Amino acid sequence: MNTVRRLWAKPAVRWGLAGALVAFAAALPLLNIVVPGVLPGPTYTPGALQILALALIFSALALSYHVLFGVSGMLSFGHALYFAVGAYGLGIVLERTGLDLLPAVGITLAGAILIAGVLGAISLRVSGISFAMVTLAFAQAGSVLIRRNPGVTGGEEGLGLPTAQVPDWLVGVADTRNLYWLALAVIVVVFLVVRWFERSRAGHVAAAVRENELRVRVLGLPPLRVKLLAFVVGSTLAAVSGMLFLLLQSGVTPRAISADFTLTILVIVVLGGVGSRWGAVIGGIVYTILDQRLTALAGSEWVDALPAVLRIPLSEPLFILGTLFILVVLFLPGGIVGLAGRVGRRRTTTGDARDRLEETT
Amino acid sequence: MSTVVLLLVTGLGLGALYFLVASGLSLIYGLMGVLNFAHGSFLTFAAFLGWETARALGADTWGALGVALLVGAAAGAIVAAGTELLLIRRLYERHIEQVLVTVGLALASVALFDGIWGTDPQFIRGPAWLAETTEILGARIPNNRFLLIAVAVVVLLLIVLFLRFTRYGLIIRAGVENRSMVTALGIDVRRAFTVVFAIGGAAAGIGGVLASHYFGYVSPQLGGSLLIFAFIVTVIGGLGSLPGAAVASVVVAVLQQFANFYLGGTGDLVVVLLLAVVLLVRPRGLFGRAA
Repeated sequence: MNTVRRLWAKPAVRWGLAGALVAFAAALPLLNIVVPGVLPGPTYTPGALQILALALIFSALALSYHVLFGVSGMLSFGHALYFAVGAYGLGIVLERTGLDLLPAVGITLAGAILIAGVLGAISLRVSGISFAMVTLAFAQAGSVLIRRNPGVTGGEEGLGLPTAQVPDWLVGVADTRNLYWLALAVIVVVFLVVRWFERSRAGHVAAAVRENELRVRVLGLPPLRVKLLAFVVGSTLAAVSGMLFLLLQSGVTPRAISADFTLTILVIVVLGGVGSRWGAVIGGIVYTILDQRLTALAGSEWVDALPAVLRIPLSEPLFILGTLFILVVLFLPGGIVGLAGRVGRRRTTTGDARDRLEETT
Repeated sequence: MSTVVLLLVTGLGLGALYFLVASGLSLIYGLMGVLNFAHGSFLTFAAFLGWETARALGADTWGALGVALLVGAAAGAIVAAGTELLLIRRLYERHIEQVLVTVGLALASVALFDGIWGTDPQFIRGPAWLAETTEILGARIPNNRFLLIAVAVVVLLLIVLFLRFTRYGLIIRAGVENRSMVTALGIDVRRAFTVVFAIGGAAAGIGGVLASHYFGYVSPQLGGSLLIFAFIVTVIGGLGSLPGAAVASVVVAVLQQFANFYLGGTGDLVVVLLLAVVLLVRPRGLFGRAA
């Protein structure tokens, strides 16, 4: 076990492993791997690739939320707003301007940065719990705007992707694997951007603000500017995930901006492990597959035959996910990644000195 | 003139609902620093139980409504106290985790209500008088508005009396002011936490039964939609301030009604705009203490 840890500490080994993982993920559409009970078919089929691509989008979205919550300690309840800005923004720009995909993506990105900058600057007037409520209120206002303007956004029906301006290789069921590769490329980029931000000077200050904002201010560093930067970076990455979502699902509905959707992002991050990039990625994948499987379970004959006391809870995927979420918060503070880390550590020592220090203080 | 009166009284009625939700939120936050996302679920649960009670007793009598209100208050109080004892207490002093637990509870409970009572709204009936209108200064005002306002005023008075003249009220007021000092004096603040949760839950429960009469139906989404406005109200009024919650409830609801009528249904947006303005000018809210 010690040799494993020593190897793991070497950057070359970590990069190599990550590269191998990405290469394996990229090869999936060419392979015939059957995972019964997890994927609806072999990995080269559009159905399985659709779920995998969706999982990657949720992972990217969770990574973007990790910048706010995990790195900077900002509990936002309005993150879905920026996902929706990406998805709806791209759809509306494509439809209204008739531009090609790439310029439309550029315009949407600029719009997302602007909106995140303005709303972030207002919300960051307050911190902590008030910040959570204010971001929730802004997301709610966005939701109202989208629902009340069916002429622009399609209202409750949702907005379809104008396929004429999108390159042919991204449209159609047979091209799902191209979308999957695009999603994979996007999540790699998002991961690297988040990693770069975390290791930049601003990222270090953001982490310091999370631990003790007063101390940062005493040191003469600007907490507000760094928080705003983290907010804009996280929100822009969320908008990128939203654009990808529009392409993959060929449309978007107001559910993408509901308070429930923000809570879903929070569930993903906490499930995977707060404060960990890989946790966000794993959380996104686990959540998407759980959600798909639980929905399938809810409709199965096996559940239908149960007495009402068991049938009603089991046929509500959100009930099971919500309960699981509560259990993770109560008993598994580090999420899935924390659990894996704890199992690994128990075999070697009783815990790092640093961890023990953190537990006692 | 008659339109203005109608909008004003309807706004006051809606403000009464907001207050019933926001008072509990604000007290809980003030004392414990917990943002209770499950508060909407307490409300929805009480509304459903109140509806079932009224249905069992024959929906259109005053007695049934009274019993429904009592059942709603009791259900809200019990569920809220149970939440505090079973979930919140384990995470003492860890505010983020406490919020997360209530988020999980809100998700799970709404899904459970969906499963039990279905996702469609259940339309309800009350005493015939509630469905009628009364004419004031030429405005025909639905009578349920008066009931809402009266009950909210009574609840406000009861909470104020409780906080002023009982020992627990004293502990709660002192705890909101400076919790570590109260603890240092050897008083167990934690029992006050349960009491505050129960009071907030009871107010939300009464709010739930009344909300079902105001909107005319009960649905699993009832609490969640009111909760967002209650959040806005508590921030505008100042977190932890009961008078702030009362004043902000009325301001927000009346403004919402007027904007909905005169500015083409933009009430929700105007309220969020008001929130942004309050934050820019006075981040701690109207009645909030300086941080």
